[in-house]
Amino acid sequence: MASETRDTARPSAPGGVSFSLSDPTVRAVFYQVLVVGIVIAVGWFLIHNTLDNLSKRSIATGFGFLDREASFGIGESLIDYHPRDSYGRAFLVGVLNTLKVSIIGVVLATVLGTLIGVARLSSNWLIAKLASTYVEIVRNIPPLLQLFFWYALVSESMPPVRQALNPIPGVFLSQRGLFVPVPSADPVWGTMGFALAIAVIGVIFLRRWAKARQERTGQPFPIGTASLSLLIGLPLIAYIAGGAPTALDVPKLQGFNFVGGVVLTPEFFAILVGLVVYTAAFIAEVVRSGILAVNWGQTEAARALGIDSGKTLRLVVLPQALRVIVPPLTSQYLNLTKNSSLALAIGYPDLVSIANTTLNQTGQAIEGVAMIMGTYLVISLGISIFMNWYNKRIALVER
Amino acid sequence: MTDNVHTGSIPDERPPANTVGPVAWLRNNLFNTWYNALLTILIAWLLFKAIPPLLDWLIFSANSFGTPPQVCRQEGGACWTFVSEKLRFVMFGTFPYDEQWRPLITIVIIIALVLASCDRRFWKPWLALVWIAGLTAVGVLMWGGVLGLTYVENTLWGGLPLTLMLSVVGLSVAFPASVLLALGRRSQLPAIRVISVTYIELIRGVPLISLLFMASVMFPLFLPTGVNFDKLLRAQIAFIMFAAAYMAEAIRGGLQAIPKGQYEAADALGLNYWQAMGKIILPQALAISIPPLVNTFISFFKDTSLVIIIGLYDLLGTAKAALSDPAWRGFYREAYLFIGVIYWVFCYSMSKYSQKLERDLRRGHRR
Repeated sequence: MASETRDTARPSAPGGVSFSLSDPTVRAVFYQVLVVGIVIAVGWFLIHNTLDNLSKRSIATGFGFLDREASFGIGESLIDYHPRDSYGRAFLVGVLNTLKVSIIGVVLATVLGTLIGVARLSSNWLIAKLASTYVEIVRNIPPLLQLFFWYALVSESMPPVRQALNPIPGVFLSQRGLFVPVPSADPVWGTMGFALAIAVIGVIFLRRWAKARQERTGQPFPIGTASLSLLIGLPLIAYIAGGAPTALDVPKLQGFNFVGGVVLTPEFFAILVGLVVYTAAFIAEVVRSGILAVNWGQTEAARALGIDSGKTLRLVVLPQALRVIVPPLTSQYLNLTKNSSLALAIGYPDLVSIANTTLNQTGQAIEGVAMIMGTYLVISLGISIFMNWYNKRIALVER
Repeated sequence: MTDNVHTGSIPDERPPANTVGPVAWLRNNLFNTWYNALLTILIAWLLFKAIPPLLDWLIFSANSFGTPPQVCRQEGGACWTFVSEKLRFVMFGTFPYDEQWRPLITIVIIIALVLASCDRRFWKPWLALVWIAGLTAVGVLMWGGVLGLTYVENTLWGGLPLTLMLSVVGLSVAFPASVLLALGRRSQLPAIRVISVTYIELIRGVPLISLLFMASVMFPLFLPTGVNFDKLLRAQIAFIMFAAAYMAEAIRGGLQAIPKGQYEAADALGLNYWQAMGKIILPQALAISIPPLVNTFISFFKDTSLVIIIGLYDLLGTAKAALSDPAWRGFYREAYLFIGVIYWVFCYSMSKYSQKLERDLRRGHRR
């Protein structure tokens, strides 16, 4: 099309109306109007068809269904949920479950990935080889296949509930998951949370004061030890002051399942282990390339200045490595979050699986898919904004 | 004075034992510090604990082909009868038994096409024609209905040919679209840029599953009444939309790497936009983008396994279906190991190829 317009277009005659496609401005406007026109036309065509189809099949539109009774059960939930609750609340349960698996997954994958990335660079041949074998195997097998494997491993290899393994008193392991006792509810937990919040605020002020003092007098303050003792000490004092309750909520076999305690379900276990193992392989590569990107001369220079190895790592090597690591790491966090949608395939009630049940029950496919996409876009945007902020903080400031 | 000078040849001597040989290697690579020695011993112990049982399960205690599943269950050890019994189902799905040579040839054609495309000597315009011919042959073989082949509707397709076709067709259609998107994203025209950026970011921000859902539940609503795509085509469209957005980003990276001088030179020669892009910018940008593009191929190949969620039986789908046969319940290790190896061979060779290509192309850039 472009060559056609070029051949036919001639420079406009002087004095005539300047409306020729050889004029770059006119051409720019022409192309943009054309493309926008096509996009609008296609969009209109799709929307028109959709409205037509919806009215023919008399499917309701709008998000009114969110207030209706969901009437389906959800295996695990962070907030109270009952099948009599609304679709809206069910969806919220799904969002929270997705966030739960993503946040725990990101933390664990970062730890495992960093360990393996460092291990690949180890001077120990055995460790380096093992780490690269791990990366090469795990990266090249579809995550869904890995999830199925982990899920089958738990559900096929564990004994049924009646013959649950009982390795430590109060802990039960069966096809239904791992049941562990937790301390019973007590007002002291609230007080301890409050104490922890105070400790966090205290640490922030302490750091600020310590930095100012070091700049003024040159005296370093043992900030690490002080912060740690504050963070552990204050809640501990609150716990002892509250009477140090030791009552435990121990899981007991009732009917066909355990009641009480905290459960790690096979679905949650499979999705978490699957995502962590898979993403860690990619994070390991990110970490490795970040470390390799820091010139060895930097370490030598730091040593020549007499800086000890811990400080060299913290003040010289890491700040430079992080600049290389953070942007690709962000993508890996986003991938992990998006891959948590694979939970649908093994029955972990994440937001996709709950939205899927909802759209099957109500027939409101467009709203269901829109809610899935909208939520993920918000989560992705949130992670990107946070990581970009962090990236900007650590980026190299050049003159 | 001359007494101190040694004339004649010095006899060859072995280097000191602590610098070469297995002992020195061990000392340098496994026991160079006390903590490395500790770690080595710990890991060697773990491997010693893990590997023999694994090998035992895989090989020594494994039941040979033909052992019935009941016997396998009692004996323990891998049950390779599962693979031999279910091989044709896992590989070809429900494709009519007597016609399964057709999907087999399909696999061979697709692999041959991909292998040929890996050789840089074949990177000529006629390669596109070879691809069109190859994919036509694949279509004829799979559908049939002509040349005396019986018609097989695509709801019966499954297994490895489905996995390969979804990825290969998806990628070859998505590629031109992604070039346009990448150009659009770098365009000077704000409206085109906004449209491209919105599309790319929208698709990359959501999980592939939500696109597959869109394809399976929303596409029928988008189309005029009476027009209907089948499930496979809808999934294929979702994959194309998905792949185009990711590949566009890989190509954008290549476009960004082209120095500004190249654009200016094209302008100075009086080339218009499409000539400049087609003759100067894109050939260089695409060459730079090949390694990231191959990485996109790999992740895309793995992601085709998600079609199981909308009820298509690709390789993972058929393996899972084979496991749901009551006689073969519980042999998930054999099933997943078997198809895991297939996926791994494809992905690993692609990633090795991408690394080799990266080295070769870098050599090309060196002066």
